[in-house]
Amino acid sequence: MSTLIEFDGVCKYYQMGDTLVKAADHVSFKINKGEFVAIVGQSGSGKSTCMNIIGCLDVPTEGTYLLDGKDVGKMSRRELANIRNEKLGFIFQQYNLLPKLTLLENVEVPLVYAGIPAAQRHATAKAALERVGLGNKLKNLPNQLSGGQQQRVSIARALARGPAVILADEPTGALDSHTSREVLGMLQDLHKQGNTVVLITHDNSIAVQAERIIRLEDGRVVYDGDAHAPEAVVQPNFMMAEPKAGEEGTQA
Amino acid sequence: MIKETFKQAVQNVLSNKVRTFLTMLGIIIGVMAVIVIVGLGNGMTNMMQDFYSDMGSDILSVNVMTASTRSVEVDDVYRIINEKPEYYKGLSPIASVGDTLRVAGEKYRRTYISGVNEDYMTINNYKVAKGRGIQYADLIDNKNVCVIGDYVDRKIFGGNGLGSTLKVGASEYRIVGVLEGRSKPASQYEGGNDDIVLVPYTTLMSVNNTSSVSQYYVVLQDADHSDEAQEFLQSRLKKLVSKDDYVYVMSLSAAMKQMSSMINVMVGVLTAIAGISLLVGGIGIMNIMLVSVTERTREIGIRKALGAQESTILTQFVVEAGVTSALGGCLGIVLGYVVSAIINQILPYILTDITLNVTPSADAAAIAVGISCGIGVLFGFLPARRAASLNPIEALRYD
Repeated sequence: MSTLIEFDGVCKYYQMGDTLVKAADHVSFKINKGEFVAIVGQSGSGKSTCMNIIGCLDVPTEGTYLLDGKDVGKMSRRELANIRNEKLGFIFQQYNLLPKLTLLENVEVPLVYAGIPAAQRHATAKAALERVGLGNKLKNLPNQLSGGQQQRVSIARALARGPAVILADEPTGALDSHTSREVLGMLQDLHKQGNTVVLITHDNSIAVQAERIIRLEDGRVVYDGDAHAPEAVVQPNFMMAEPKAGEEGTQA
Repeated sequence: MIKETFKQAVQNVLSNKVRTFLTMLGIIIGVMAVIVIVGLGNGMTNMMQDFYSDMGSDILSVNVMTASTRSVEVDDVYRIINEKPEYYKGLSPIASVGDTLRVAGEKYRRTYISGVNEDYMTINNYKVAKGRGIQYADLIDNKNVCVIGDYVDRKIFGGNGLGSTLKVGASEYRIVGVLEGRSKPASQYEGGNDDIVLVPYTTLMSVNNTSSVSQYYVVLQDADHSDEAQEFLQSRLKKLVSKDDYVYVMSLSAAMKQMSSMINVMVGVLTAIAGISLLVGGIGIMNIMLVSVTERTREIGIRKALGAQESTILTQFVVEAGVTSALGGCLGIVLGYVVSAIINQILPYILTDITLNVTPSADAAAIAVGISCGIGVLFGFLPARRAASLNPIEALRYD
């Protein structure tokens, strides 16, 4: 299996007042082509930072991030935009559809930025919407749809360009349990079809749907392995001998 | 890609009609004002040109106001003119009269009555349509004859004026000739160049019991020596009168040029004021585009996540601002023409003695829209650059 995503000592530091926040502190892992990985962590664990770096929305302060063998940290903003368009399919918690565009137009947006001619664009977008079972609502506006349906549109949009990585950021965060299962099932189907899926979540019950879990805490990787191993889902607080002061959920 | 950008820009502009309209208002008013003002300037220039273009070569208008005992006689002026035949082609005294025209008991206050000589019609490019003009014999004998303009013939005499009589003051005059109508519309109205009655100046002088005439038209040989001819005439006439008296020699073409430049300056100033409205309109567009960028921060974040280049986002917002102002410009043109038409309907009731037509020009319209487009793009650039440079992560998190 070829490596698709390679984090090697990735750090991301922010200056907040006079304290240096280490959002990512020497994070290293590899994700192979065709894997279904969940990056798990509580808020402040650095999972969003990792997602932003994987998604080429941000570049590491230190360390290297290779996407498909290319060093993202050395890319210009123009190249980053290109690589987002070409290699990455985003699925967001808030769906992030453009409210004034029809479903078809929404799915076409990344195709427009790729400079694909109109006829081909329509066909590709239509096929992607049919794939998520919304082929009969091409001309609808996003607000005419339920949350689950909107998330399916955003999946269709993520698929439209045939990306190397599908990056799902809390895709079920705004959905009820029934539609959550539906969306997760869809991600699993995509994985089975050979797509690389990276799922970012704080929820263990969601994370276990993946085949591998990378758990982050305080900007460090604390677990990386099989999603079904018992230690994968253990709350990190219980694993620690001495909880840090001020940590969420700790007792004095 | 650029087609998509335009399509989306137009969609966005049209999706919030009230806001778009209010944003465009400054541009609409500015363009409208420019068109109407330039139209008004054109109208004034046209009116003036119509008025003067009927006259053939350049003419000097001479005014002599003699308050003291010495006065300038008609023969004095003739003598000066004859000294320099290389300058002057001829002259006609213009004797005025205080009385109004009366025909069959009806008064016509606006009709212009002047006492002239046999050269007057040649000087002013009038042609005789029926009968004859004023002749030398009429002058010598102080005959009570007259020649009437086309307007007088048609409106007062129903086209049968020749041979009839009319009254000016207490004297009665026989109509011996009718002039051809002028082609210019400015002449064909009450008080215009066709609403005239010409009588021998000697007749008028004897009626008025004076020996001098206060106004003369002097025709020049050519326009090249206009200044020298004017100077010479003025200095010679000054010698004839005491220094308290008033002699003024004015070249009509120079006067027209002066008027033209005055109109141009006025139109320029007014246009500049209207231009400020365009500027304010542009600032309005910038303001609303900044609001729009803030409102659509999330959209910008999404677009960037989906692979939009900064240049694409920049273009999108610049095009939106450009489309808004161009649309405003087009509406401004329409409104400008409508307002001009309305003014043209109302103006005759306000300015009864002149015919002024607001004539909007396509050039002004094109320039106004060009400028408004430019303003839109210019003022759209700052908000667009802000949108383009937004950090995608923060933009996506924005609520």
